[in-house]
This record gives sequence, structure tokens and C-alpha cells, in this order.
Amino acid sequence: MNKQKSSITATTAVLPNGSGAAAILAAGIGSFMVGVLAVAADKSAFLKNLFIFYKPTGPLSGVSTSAILVWLIAWGILEGRWQKRNVALSRINALALVLLGLSLLLTFPPVADLF
Amino acid sequence: MEITERSLWTLIHGMGFGALYLLACSGALVELYRRYSSKAANPIAPGDDNFLKVYLVAMSVLAWLTVLSGAYIIYPWYRAAAPAGIVNLAAFPQRLLQSNPATSGWHSLGMEWKEHIAWLVPISITMAAAVVIRYGRDLRNHPQLRAALLCFTLVSFLAAGIAGFFGAMLVKHAPVEGGQMIHLMQGE
Repeated sequence: MNKQKSSITATTAVLPNGSGAAAILAAGIGSFMVGVLAVAADKSAFLKNLFIFYKPTGPLSGVSTSAILVWLIAWGILEGRWQKRNVALSRINALALVLLGLSLLLTFPPVADLF
Repeated sequence: MEITERSLWTLIHGMGFGALYLLACSGALVELYRRYSSKAANPIAPGDDNFLKVYLVAMSVLAWLTVLSGAYIIYPWYRAAAPAGIVNLAAFPQRLLQSNPATSGWHSLGMEWKEHIAWLVPISITMAAAVVIRYGRDLRNHPQLRAALLCFTLVSFLAAGIAGFFGAMLVKHAPVEGGQMIHLMQGE
């Protein structure tokens, strides 16, 4: 009986996947924003000045703080919408990993210099 | 035996928080793969489950301490502007690197890459910790969630490795020095 019970718990998902999907996609968005904002601050003098939230650290302070805020806000919104649902995780994973891959590319200076 | 205040902070940032994160990362990757694999024969004990949750939270704390100490304590010393006409640039690491074509790449590629890619680390590992806390042993029933966690944790390892490598090379070519001298012990 116990053996049968543990076998059931090992194969049946109890929690919907929406909450995990929200965290994964938000992390992809937040990572992507690090890359996008780093390139934007490097290319635009206006944005470079705008992103100086803490003068000794320079634009990096605004780039990182803004990306983190976008990440947390996206996470909160997606969590609110998906936490009790099962979502198409394969598509969300693919999107999050593409965003993560783009963030790796955009933070690499030779690629960032192409823009 | 002495060390400057700035050197001590560089050690805390790199060898304390950063290197400890890198060491912990390999353990997290193995455990995430092994423990929640649907092929794993044994059920996960509650104690084991809690251990991994605490482990990932500790990694997240280390990752945040690494990037915050780097960006807000050490980086301002690194990028400080040298007064006009100064000849000795030893106290201005960025300017020292940029003053020589043989070393300028350590800034234009190394520091420029390190200062941004490092932020992917706390984002990725905080997400992984949150998902493991939320799902616990049920993660075994969500292979796609587990695959995404492994990818993000792997990327955090790669990003931390890149940041750590360039951090070590930057310290080698233009160390962040200065501040109060701290006497560690008396020599013979």
C-alpha cells in the first residue's frame, strides 16, 4: 500500500507549473534587460547620464538597478497571472533561454560594439 | 605583514564571496540534476530537500554580496578619475590599464564584460532558489522546470567564471590599492 502511494506521488505533479514558469521567464527578461540597458547606456550620452544613479559607480548603477526592477516587476505580474495555472512550459522555457542567450551576447563587448 | 583596506575588500569580494559561489555552483548543478531526476530510484528525504533549499538561498546571498560589493565598493575605486597631470597612475587602475596599449584590453574587454555579465548570476540563482523552495520534492514531477533551472544555474556558473577570471587578471595587471594600512601580524 505504501509502495503504491509513493509511486503515485513520484509521478503526479501536485503544484501547477505556472509559478515556476513565471520565475523562469522573469529571470530571462531581467537578464535580457541587463544586456539591452548596458548597450543603450554605452551608445547614448543621454541614457549614460540618466543611468548615473550613484555617481561613484557611474551608469552601471542605473543599468543594474533598472534591470533588477524590470525583473522583479515582471516576476510579480507573471506570478499573479500564472500561479494557479498550468502553462505551455516548453514555449516559455525556449523564450526564457533565448533571452538568456541574447543577454550573454549583448554583455560581450565586441558584440555590443556592433550596435 | 600588512594589507591595504582596498586590497582587503578586493579579497573579500573575489576570494570570499565570488570564489565561494563558484565552488558552491558545481555542487548545486550536481544536486539539481541528481536529486530531482525522474530516473532517480529513491524518494527524496525531507531533510535532503531542506538542505538544498538552504544551500541555494546561501548561494543567492553570496551572489548578491559579490555583485553589490563589486559595484558599490570596489568599482568606484577602480574607475576613479585621475587628476590632470598626474604621472603615477597606480591609485587609478582603469586609467593605468588604458594608458598602455598592451594592457588597455583588460579594461575594454575584461572589465566591460565583467561588470555587466556578473549581474546575470544573482538573477539566475535567486530564481533557481525560489523555484526549488516553491516546488520542493514536486520538482521531480516537472522535468521541464528542472531543465530550465539547470540551464540558468549553468549560465550563472559560466557568468561567475568569466567575471572571476577577469577579476583575477585585472587585479594582476592593475590592483586596486590604497586606503588605510591594516597590520595583520609582525614579521620575524
